[in-house]
Amino acid sequence: MADALLQIAGVTKRFGGVVASDNVVLDVAPGELHAIIGPNGAGKTTLIGQLTGELSPDAGRIMFEGADITDLPVYQRSALGLARSFQITSLFRDLSALDNVSLAVQAHAGHSFRFWRDARGEPELRDPARAALDRVGLGARANAFVASMSHGEHRQLELAMALATTPRMLLLDEPMAGLGPEESARMVETLRGLKRHLTILLIEHDMEAVFALADRITVLVYGRVIASGEPAAIRANAEVRQAYLGEQEVVTTAGAGHG
Amino acid sequence: MKLTLRNAMVAAVVVILALLPLYASLTGNTFMMTLFTRIIILAIAAVSLNLIMGFGGMVSFGHAAYLGIGGYVVGILAKEGIDAGLVQWPLALLFSGLFALGVGALSLRTRGVYFIMITLAFTQVIYYVANGLDRYGGDDGLTIQKRSEFGGFINLSNRTFFYYLCLALLLAAVYLVWRMVNSRFGRVIQGARSNDRRMQAIGFPTFRYKLACFVIAGVLCGLSGVLLANHTNFISPALMHWTRSGDLIVMAVLGGMGTVFGPVLGAVALLVLEEALPHLIGFVSSIVTGKEVAAAKEYWQLILGPMLLLVVLYARGGIDGLIASARRG
Repeated sequence: MADALLQIAGVTKRFGGVVASDNVVLDVAPGELHAIIGPNGAGKTTLIGQLTGELSPDAGRIMFEGADITDLPVYQRSALGLARSFQITSLFRDLSALDNVSLAVQAHAGHSFRFWRDARGEPELRDPARAALDRVGLGARANAFVASMSHGEHRQLELAMALATTPRMLLLDEPMAGLGPEESARMVETLRGLKRHLTILLIEHDMEAVFALADRITVLVYGRVIASGEPAAIRANAEVRQAYLGEQEVVTTAGAGHG
Repeated sequence: MKLTLRNAMVAAVVVILALLPLYASLTGNTFMMTLFTRIIILAIAAVSLNLIMGFGGMVSFGHAAYLGIGGYVVGILAKEGIDAGLVQWPLALLFSGLFALGVGALSLRTRGVYFIMITLAFTQVIYYVANGLDRYGGDDGLTIQKRSEFGGFINLSNRTFFYYLCLALLLAAVYLVWRMVNSRFGRVIQGARSNDRRMQAIGFPTFRYKLACFVIAGVLCGLSGVLLANHTNFISPALMHWTRSGDLIVMAVLGGMGTVFGPVLGAVALLVLEEALPHLIGFVSSIVTGKEVAAAKEYWQLILGPMLLLVVLYARGGIDGLIASARRG
């Protein structure tokens, strides 16, 4: 697919004897919300790590907007418009929500070798930061300190920070992790609002959310892509049902066979 | 600026420092002048260390290196007959900055205890280099015959003038650090201390900012070394002994790491205690035994040590933290 925004071409990553990414091929078209699902240990976070540049693949290439970014460092990928949220909340705990997001804005507002002016008084940093907080529904909590916010609010703040870097594409690593049903529903609504404007690669365990949001779904098992397609096709795919959706059933049957 | 207990305390310390020469000249107490000039100079070094350690999370255990470099550039040039301050001072700051650039470029690739060890190792290297400089006194050190010359209009040998010059430079340094930590640059430095991985993920090349911060701190501490050499008219490898680096860390921690004025309070507290505790012990021993026990005075560190322990265990914010929380009570 020549017009894909993100192309993952044969990416392989090994940790000792474990193949965490096994010749992964995946295209994400501009504007689509592409979900990656898979059981624990399927290599989802390893894949995200290679997309953001924290891990480098042993083989294969990663292309973003037609340019090879396989060897670019983390901060340069962010500069190109590839933003991520973290599975385990990774915020600046000693700062307020607004300060957190302002930093993300600052990262994309030219260099930071500016030593004199009070950064907290700069409207060109504060205004976009407030806008990003509003977009995820945290506008009223701008001055709250991270340490005093709930887990659900942390997840929203994660998203706001990714948005504040004015990305072309969002990589969301389990944004619903640890959320209650009500908070999850709110997050789904927020993502639904974003998907019209942004290309999103979503890694998520919450199947309800995935099938509600995704335009396409890729299923990863033991680092390998076993299926990729529209939600209806994935739901109907026999291999997926056996390897993932019906995992419980298979285990039970196997257990019974031994008994 | 709001009138808080902390601001009042800072103002009080500044006023006391500003009026000290008056007191000294009225009482003829030149020792006070010498002591407080030294305190002010080392406070500049502590402010500089606090910039990287308190705000940047870079615990340098070799910060005395820049005291040494600043001092040795002045001393060596003086020995070679170049006593122009406009040559000595810029060169001293330049070499301090270059050394920081080299040390930082290598050590900032490591973290935690490795960073501490590498900064210590570099300082030990130049400590031994200085020991080997036979032409410049080796381990005996070198007396500087003449303080830095700035034409006719500035005379560093004037005790009062030199004191106020050091005080002005200290206040300028504190103001500079205050502006810097609140600027975009400072936000990046503190963000990298808090969560370096996230900083890179949102698009900051943190290494270059940390390195720049490390060099700025090195230059500032180099200035402290220049002043110290001019103050004592003497340089020796002891300037950069590792215990000196430790003293600077103690000043920053005692005063309050990561606060702009804390290290100044820490420097004053530590160095005044160093002077006062032996006298205090002598005084107490004379009450208890009827005559002063001179030998007991040597054990003043037995009192200072537990005091530091208490600060570290129960007052993480140092003296500054105690003052700031006194109102909340």
